[in-house]
Amino acid sequence: MTFQSILFGSADTRVVEPADDPPFFSDLNLDQVADVIFAGRESYDLRPFFRIPLREVDEIAYRHEVLRDLEHEQIFAAISGFEESMRIIKDALTATAKLYYSHERERWILDAAIRYCESVDLLSRALNGLPIASRGLAALRDYLANYERSAEFRTLQDDIASLREKLAAISYALLIDGDRFTVRDPEGEDDLVVAIHETFARFRQGATKSYLLTFQERLGMNHIDAKVLEFVALLHPEAFAELDRFAEAHAAFIDPAIERFDREVQFYLACFEYAKTFESAGLSMCFPRVTSGKAVSAEDTFDVALAHRLIETHGNVVCNDFALRGPERVFVVSGPNQGGKTTFARTFGQLQYLAALGCRVAGRSVTTFLFDAIFTHFEHQEDPSALRGKLEDDILRIHEILERATTDSIIVLNEIFASTTVRDASVLGRRIMDRILALDALCVCVTFIDELSALSEKTVSMVSLVDPANPDVRTYKVARKKADGLAYAVSLAEKYSLTYDRLTRRLDGRRQS
Amino acid sequence: MKTYLLYRDRDADWDEALPVNAEDLVADLGLATLIAAMAGGDKMIHSIATKTLLKRSQDIDTILYRQAILRDSLTHPAVVRVLYDLAGEAIENESRNFWGLRTRSAAPILRRSTSVMQMFLEVLRKMRAIAENDATGFESEGFSRFFEMLRSELDDDYLREVYSRLRAVEFRRGMLMTARLGRGNHGTDYVLRNFDRPPRSWFERFFAPREPGHTYQLHPRDESGARALSELADRGVNLVADALAQSCDHILAFFKALRAELAFYVGCINLHERLEAKGEPTCFPVPHEPNAGVHQFSGLYDASLALSISKRVVGNDADARGKMMLIITGANQGGKSTLLRSLGIAQMMMECGMFAAADAFRSSLCNGLFTHYKREEDAEMESGKFDEELRRMSALADHLVPGALVLFNESFAATNDREGSEIARQIAEALADAGVRLAFVTHLYEFAHRIWEERRTQALFLRADRRDDGQRTFRLREGEPLPTSYGEDIYRRVFGSEAPGSVRS
Repeated sequence: MTFQSILFGSADTRVVEPADDPPFFSDLNLDQVADVIFAGRESYDLRPFFRIPLREVDEIAYRHEVLRDLEHEQIFAAISGFEESMRIIKDALTATAKLYYSHERERWILDAAIRYCESVDLLSRALNGLPIASRGLAALRDYLANYERSAEFRTLQDDIASLREKLAAISYALLIDGDRFTVRDPEGEDDLVVAIHETFARFRQGATKSYLLTFQERLGMNHIDAKVLEFVALLHPEAFAELDRFAEAHAAFIDPAIERFDREVQFYLACFEYAKTFESAGLSMCFPRVTSGKAVSAEDTFDVALAHRLIETHGNVVCNDFALRGPERVFVVSGPNQGGKTTFARTFGQLQYLAALGCRVAGRSVTTFLFDAIFTHFEHQEDPSALRGKLEDDILRIHEILERATTDSIIVLNEIFASTTVRDASVLGRRIMDRILALDALCVCVTFIDELSALSEKTVSMVSLVDPANPDVRTYKVARKKADGLAYAVSLAEKYSLTYDRLTRRLDGRRQS
Repeated sequence: MKTYLLYRDRDADWDEALPVNAEDLVADLGLATLIAAMAGGDKMIHSIATKTLLKRSQDIDTILYRQAILRDSLTHPAVVRVLYDLAGEAIENESRNFWGLRTRSAAPILRRSTSVMQMFLEVLRKMRAIAENDATGFESEGFSRFFEMLRSELDDDYLREVYSRLRAVEFRRGMLMTARLGRGNHGTDYVLRNFDRPPRSWFERFFAPREPGHTYQLHPRDESGARALSELADRGVNLVADALAQSCDHILAFFKALRAELAFYVGCINLHERLEAKGEPTCFPVPHEPNAGVHQFSGLYDASLALSISKRVVGNDADARGKMMLIITGANQGGKSTLLRSLGIAQMMMECGMFAAADAFRSSLCNGLFTHYKREEDAEMESGKFDEELRRMSALADHLVPGALVLFNESFAATNDREGSEIARQIAEALADAGVRLAFVTHLYEFAHRIWEERRTQALFLRADRRDDGQRTFRLREGEPLPTSYGEDIYRRVFGSEAPGSVRS
């Protein structure tokens, strides 16, 4: 089996990498998710991969396999160790490419090549001794074994070994006397520092602090350093001639397939670490079952963008369950404002999307749908310069969505028609909903119009809940419940002492006074 | 080179934490006066005397080791003081020879270390001279060893070697380093080499073969080159500066150890001179193993009190061998608290190797000395005084082990006599049965009486008496506790000699 890509399992692996985020990213806060996931990995340019949802169940399985392998502590250590080395190697090569003195620059190429060979060998041996179950990593393992046997790699290793030995054997003496210095071979002179320590050893009372200054290791040489090195090269002409030859022969020593792996595997490491931040906060993450059926469901799921912020500020993350069964296709979410309705809508959309990337997702027992497209309509800030009014704009945008959506699409509508009268909104909402129900697409619709939740057997009513004992505390729980719009009002009345009993007593009191 | 003047075979650890009740001990036993007399205005002695006194008991061997050194010190106070002053001077001079913070270059470190080293060598020479000329008559193991060490470790051969090292780091004929090629072929693993090229005349140089290797001469105007070369040289200077600075630190540590250890003995000399001047007796106490049940003294007096009044103080005698409890009762202002303090102070002085303020003193070492004194009422305290006393007792009990010694001064009296007596009795008996020694000054008659009735063999009873005319003797005698503390006597003295009857009305 040939190895091409750790991200894409199918034979056709020439992937077109989209240059821009799709429009629904910002509505679902997936742009924030991408920012967080790939933070610190900007040099790998991973965001294009985040824009390519997979369309085949098997492609997703290919990624799940790799992620499951990474759960194995030693496999993870082997891969992340290799990645760390590759990063250092690439950084070193970039930084040293423009050095002025060739004796220095060439040595950096040698040092980077040494590290490269060691890292490849280390990874190859680690993968051979570990229980690899994924097709992706198995293919990599076989590829590395072949690569290590190749003439190209062997020559590189032999050249390194020979040169390394010669350079390591060099020891030189530097005599500095006023404004002149001499470089020559050492003549076995004693170590003066050892002699001083011996002289004063009898006074030793215990550990003392060190007065050693740390000399900054730096790239690049001044002309004195370079002169010293030049003299050393004159004392050891063969070694330095060999260094010249090495640098020329092995200027580009990184294998292209390994280079591609180096980039792509970062996608997994990023997702892996991302999932860990939630798990260490006590939240559940799981491998979703991605299906072509529409009975989607999840337990203890949450909005990852919001949860990430809450974990950083030590806030409380609220989890929700949802399920569509049988003919059900549409969640109609109603209830008090600031009660988690929008969060629920985002959670649903994020979950479907991240599952299609082959990631682990928020929650337990998650089943998602293999969609062809996601469409969102969230209330936007009114654009004062636009000629159209807000209502018109809403209708136009929804129209566009319905033109393009298919039965396999996912539609997330948040607070549509909030800018018109209840009657208008009700009528318009009903019309739009009929179209969506006819399309048989999956949909979440957040609305203040209760009646949309009971349009047909395809709609499921979800209501954001409040704590009955303490109605001003939002629970941010959204649960499957008939939308009655009453419980919340009653509890608020309690709070302000406006229920019948309370108000009666209050008035009673006033009468007496 | 180790000083070993406090322990036969180890350095003193001055960072060791003092017992948790150290502050209580200082306050309750009035140690401040004693320590101030030892210090005589010297902060170092003050600090060392405090720590040495307050540390938990030393073992008998160490106590006897120190007693011998102290005897030498009392016989030759001038020599001990000179040594102490020399160590102090070396330390002061070193810290005066200050350097700027965080130097970026090694050369100043080297310059400073060289000059400090030279100053140290002068002090060491003086110490050796003392060891050679003034050490006769020192008989203790500790001082004999110390002076012998100075003579043998600092002999002429050694001092010559030291001076040759100091010459070598002047690099008069250039500095030789070896190195290897590290990352990016930069020099690494620099090692400074002992390079003693003999000086040559122009004549020799004229015919000598060229220096092997490749030589580069800086252009006189190449300033950046000069800077770079001096940075390179700094690698070598750095190594030698570090070695020399560390060596200075070792010698400094030696002086510090010496000064601290001698501070204790100089403090003892100071105190001894003060007491001697007043004609107060001192003795070298006899330590016994913990739990051996020994507590015997004669002419025991409160050293702190003796230092603060001009009159001679009254000493007490007692033989409490085999007794777990010392119950002290009797007249107010009759010397009870003074006796309790003198017991505690003598115990502490003995346990750190000092002389004791008594004609004779022998006692078992204790596994921790504790005090439980009546405290001034704290205005902000809501919990009540008796509650506070018990809480403090409970905290104290966390630290008690068999062989400990607890000094109670009018404890548990913040309630009525019956309750207080019952608590005191239960606590005292429990402690005694657990092997904790205690001395208890009390007015709780019922408590003292019951111990007398029920535990007479376990306890020694001392009573502050008054003569028939009401005058205190301040001398305590063995005797059964009496139901009155003669408070009326004091009242009468204060209010004049009215009849008790007229007072009551």
